[in-house]
Amino acid sequence: MPVHSAEPEIYGSTRRAFHLAVVYALGGIIALFMAIPTALYLLVPPKPRKESGWIDAGDVSQLAPGVPVELSFQESRLDGWRLVTEKKTAWVVKEQDKKIVAFGPQCTHLACAYHWEMEAGRFICPCHGSNFSIDGKVLAGPAPRPLDRYLTKLVNNRLQIGELKQSNPTA
Amino acid sequence: MRKTFGQFIEDLDDRTGLHSGLRKFLYEEIPASSGWHQVFGSIALFLILTQFFTGAMLAFNYAPTPGDAYSSLRYILTEVTAGRLMRGLHHWGASMLIVIVVLHMVQVFLWGAYKKPREGTWMVGVILLLITLAYGLTGYLLPWDNRAYWGTVVTTQIGATVPVVGPYVSRLLASTGDIGVVTFARFYGLHVLMLPPATMLLIVLHIYLVRRHGVAPVPGDEMRRKKSFFPEQVFKDTVAVFIVFVILFVMAIVVRVPLERMADPTDTSYIPRPEWYFLFLFQMLKVFNGPLEVVGTVVLPTLAILALILTPFIDRGRVVRVRQRTLAGGVLILAALGWGGLTVAAVRTTPPQTAASQIDFSGPTQWMQLAPAELAGVHYFRDQHCSTCHNVTGGTPKTGPNLLNTSTRHDASWLMAHFMDPSAVTPGSVMKPVNLGDAELKELLALLLKLTPENGDVTDSAPDFAVEGALLFQKRSCGTCHSVNGVGGRIGPALNGLAGRRTEAWVIQHFQDPQMMSPNTPMPPYKFNDTDMQNLVSYLFTLPDKAPGQ
Repeated sequence: MPVHSAEPEIYGSTRRAFHLAVVYALGGIIALFMAIPTALYLLVPPKPRKESGWIDAGDVSQLAPGVPVELSFQESRLDGWRLVTEKKTAWVVKEQDKKIVAFGPQCTHLACAYHWEMEAGRFICPCHGSNFSIDGKVLAGPAPRPLDRYLTKLVNNRLQIGELKQSNPTA
Repeated sequence: MRKTFGQFIEDLDDRTGLHSGLRKFLYEEIPASSGWHQVFGSIALFLILTQFFTGAMLAFNYAPTPGDAYSSLRYILTEVTAGRLMRGLHHWGASMLIVIVVLHMVQVFLWGAYKKPREGTWMVGVILLLITLAYGLTGYLLPWDNRAYWGTVVTTQIGATVPVVGPYVSRLLASTGDIGVVTFARFYGLHVLMLPPATMLLIVLHIYLVRRHGVAPVPGDEMRRKKSFFPEQVFKDTVAVFIVFVILFVMAIVVRVPLERMADPTDTSYIPRPEWYFLFLFQMLKVFNGPLEVVGTVVLPTLAILALILTPFIDRGRVVRVRQRTLAGGVLILAALGWGGLTVAAVRTTPPQTAASQIDFSGPTQWMQLAPAELAGVHYFRDQHCSTCHNVTGGTPKTGPNLLNTSTRHDASWLMAHFMDPSAVTPGSVMKPVNLGDAELKELLALLLKLTPENGDVTDSAPDFAVEGALLFQKRSCGTCHSVNGVGGRIGPALNGLAGRRTEAWVIQHFQDPQMMSPNTPMPPYKFNDTDMQNLVSYLFTLPDKAPGQ
């Protein structure tokens, strides 16, 4: 063992053992006190901010019943430290009983943007020909489920749009 | 198992030489006189490595462009777990590094350890000191708050006054006009891309030179038995490093590093000041002004740096015994007195910042979340001396009931009736009727109904300028068109996030002449006196980027 013989024995082995123990112990404590905050810093998700979730999409009192309209609204969300504002749209229908429904703007097949065909009286997706009725049911094409709906509520005739809920395939 | 591990180490060493190299490094013989006075180099190395690490951690959540830099740092401080600690470690670590590096130099200086053949080790050390200061200078800008911005404006202006090279320094730092994105990018590039590799190279060179010449002995050492660096000196170094680490860690937790308002180049009320270790230079400029300014900005600093670098050649005496180095000791005491005197003078003569400049944005501050009516209520709360009889936070119980959670006990109409005639509503009450108009009472009501254990301290902590600003906001019915913290009209833009969109000067001009600043705006012009204008604008600039709960 030529490597070990390089070590000169110059002071007592008890003191040496004590010194070694202190070096490792204090070094270990420092490492621990750096490692724990680092793990917390990197791994704990940032504190979520309270989100109200309702976005104002405008006055819907003048909407004609049974005629879908594409409404656009601004959604703000936080991306890390950045406030991102995105333009979003919804197909809004006032039903005969004045109830308001807001559909997500993407076809449930492969997320193409569909539109309302006045003459046909149905929503038609140009990509693969899925057809939906005015209440969102699949009439034709490969779409696996009805159109997705936003949560909605009315405040003083202004439409408030909430989360987009994925529809149930059997509905 | 043990044997296999030993065999593994031996095989590894055969192929790499790492193990024997490490042993050779650690079991270096050092003079018998070595000891506690030589721990500072190791502490400095430890602190530099800590700075590298915490700096990298901060970079994981930091966007190095003005504006984003500020919001990302605020995100680190308010939303990332242990983010405040990470920034505290980096901030105080920088200050401690300066202290330790200077102590390291003082020790080497007093012991005369820079003398032949160790001149090179000393000179590399002086360059490392200058690099440490350069980190401080470039890092100061990176939070992009007012303090960072105005401190850097002064620094770059000083750089520009240097004869001959000044204009080139300005061009290099892109600081000829205003300080903006380009200067920021240069400072960031220096701070994280240029300085760290330079530091690493010079530290390797520094340690190589230390090992080449050995730790400096004192006369008589040759007669005594040498010590081993490991573990005897390493033990002392580790204990010293540990003490410094404990101080650093406690400081990072206890001493809050403020984040001021986002940099506003139009804020003329801001009083720039540099980091504490540059205050002496700052003060020296006050001594030398007019045509002599160049003495303070260039001549003296250059001479000081030259004197430091050339110390081994200026002092060629043989004496290295600490007690016999009276001249060296005298020089050191003079330098310390000069530095200390200038620093104290700078602290004493720099006027205090305005209240608006001192707001700490690094935490969620409850009063910033209040609606204008509630904040204006704080004015009446103080005006009517409500706190003489009522507690809002803890403390010794007073005559009247504690006002926290008032909303769970009473509604607005009850409170209104109570304010008009307390003893009628609450028989036996000794409270006097509150002598305020209807609109004023409504604001006081709004505040009282809002008080909870979480925000109860707003009655104390809300700064006067913001309270007065909110009061003016209410009196001029700004809330008819503008919303603040989710309350108010939708005709004009929401005022949350104003600080990120506009400068103070723009907003002031906009008040005076809305048509000029935004054509076709329905907003009428407003005439405020200077105090009102400053209060209102400062208040609007403290609003959170986003209304709470939105």
